[in-house]
Amino acid sequence: MKGQLLKVEGVIKRFGGVHALDDVSLYLEPGEVHGLIGPNGAGKTTLFNVMTGLYQADAGTFCLDGQPYQPDAVHRVAQVGIARTFQNIRLFGSMTALENVMVGRHVRTANGVWAALTRHRRAREEERRTRDWALQLLHYVGIGELADQRADTLSYGHQRRLEIARALATEPRVLALDEPAAGMNAVEKQQLRALLDRIRADGRSLLLIEHDVKLVMGLCDRLTVLDHGRVIARGNPQQVRQDRAVIEAYLGAGAHE
Amino acid sequence: MSWAIAFTQPTHRARFGIALFAVAVLVAPWVVGHSGGNAWVRMLDFALLYLMLALGLNIVVGYAGLLDLGFIAFYALGAYLAALLASPHLVSQFPVLAAVLPAGLHTSIWIVVPLAALLAAGLGMLLGAPTLRLRGDYLAIVTLGFGEIIRIVMRNLDRPVNITNGSKGIASVDPVHLFGLNLARTHEFLGIKVTSVYLYYYLFAALAVLILLACLRLQHSRIGRAWMAIRDDEDAAEAMGLDTRKLKLLAFAIGASFGGIAGAMFASFQGFVSPESFTLNESIAVLAMVVLGGMGHIPGVVLGCLLLAALPEVLRASMGSMQQWLFGQVLVDPEIVRQLFYGLALILVMLYRPTGLWPAQKEALR
Repeated sequence: MKGQLLKVEGVIKRFGGVHALDDVSLYLEPGEVHGLIGPNGAGKTTLFNVMTGLYQADAGTFCLDGQPYQPDAVHRVAQVGIARTFQNIRLFGSMTALENVMVGRHVRTANGVWAALTRHRRAREEERRTRDWALQLLHYVGIGELADQRADTLSYGHQRRLEIARALATEPRVLALDEPAAGMNAVEKQQLRALLDRIRADGRSLLLIEHDVKLVMGLCDRLTVLDHGRVIARGNPQQVRQDRAVIEAYLGAGAHE
Repeated sequence: MSWAIAFTQPTHRARFGIALFAVAVLVAPWVVGHSGGNAWVRMLDFALLYLMLALGLNIVVGYAGLLDLGFIAFYALGAYLAALLASPHLVSQFPVLAAVLPAGLHTSIWIVVPLAALLAAGLGMLLGAPTLRLRGDYLAIVTLGFGEIIRIVMRNLDRPVNITNGSKGIASVDPVHLFGLNLARTHEFLGIKVTSVYLYYYLFAALAVLILLACLRLQHSRIGRAWMAIRDDEDAAEAMGLDTRKLKLLAFAIGASFGGIAGAMFASFQGFVSPESFTLNESIAVLAMVVLGGMGHIPGVVLGCLLLAALPEVLRASMGSMQQWLFGQVLVDPEIVRQLFYGLALILVMLYRPTGLWPAQKEALR
């Protein structure tokens, strides 16, 4: 077995008396697309938020590329190398598409106030590199020609792409996508799938929360299935599709017969 | 034809606009002074002080999106610092100081201004630190309270040790001396008599332009983009790895330092400071300039400043004579009519131009 890229183990998260996550573990291998699925309220997004520092876990260990990390502050998780997108797209609406991606470069650049005021040579070079990098990423996700458009004027599909480009700009080890296909029509889904395939082909690891079964089964290498805050199955799409617990969770007990 | 095409490109338009602006800044006091005398040039001086304040506040409110209702506190801090370091007050209160400094305390403006900027920045961070978790209205209330605290401290810090001289204020603050030039006196250059208000005008204009350039450079930088990202969506900004606490503190500090500089200038220009110059009304006036002009957009902020600094004075001067002309007598106190029109103007702008008179328009970057 290869070394794990992301290892999340024994996560417990309670909201009052509710066990939102009860001893959940998640393993991501380098270069794979890993799906996190489960019925509504299973705890997928909660796990996402715990991993990325938005919620504090009551227990659990987190390890990225062999290095333990503490998801105690959202911005530090991004610095460590996990970038996320949001279920309901959250862009910097008043800024241009290009600027949005440039903000994504923030963690990998260093220009401070002094650099901004004096614009010395190194500062200008970094700024130029940031701009070039951002423009390249916009072309990569297929919206290069919209670089100077305000983010909030873009179409839904383009906004989704922009969000992915912004996340990629942080050079993440793991790109975590929270329901990227939500609200998309069939054509947009097709294009999204092509984009995610391409990102995977370029050697990136993806963690995907998704409801769209067709997309998940077609795209993911392996799946982790959650229900009521517990992991009920893991494996490749074929195994999971035939798993009794999974079928019961989705369709109710007795559906198998 | 090619000239016309080149001219319509944004960079050329911008350059032309800057040149026009520079000429306007240089000749403004002479035009205004010629038609209205020194009192009107003095009003321009104050407009420039307000511009420095508004540009500082614009960093906090316009860029970082943090509603600050106590911004005038930094102006007060700068003003009191200048007053304490360059007036007979401290020496007269503390015999020890008088013995050490027989000539009195006359700190150079070259020391006072950087010190005012630094101290204000420090105070800005001190205020910012406990408010980092607050958003929107809650932040506004805390900053409002902070502004009032500073004013009330200044008013009451005359006992048990008299530091600020309480509500009586500190008088005889040294005027600015630059390169051996006393800006409070009339000087002659090339046979032209230049009075104090003109000299201060050019000093304030130079400072305001420097601050304006700093703001523009910050806006188009990694830091400026980070601020605007926080303003647009704080959670998403954090998820992109932005240390929002640090960046907000930075916005508070830089904005406050501009306020501190303006305050030091105000004290030297006026020669007198008292707590009554730093009321909540002043904070709101500066905020109104930023909002009315167009938050986060420098040309808009400049426009808002000019209008709101000039409008009350123009109304004050014209409302009496207008009534005289219309009705043959002054029916309502011009002061009241002035307030009425000022309020009306604000309401109309907010109704019909809710994003400000001259809001930012996103266009191609370069």
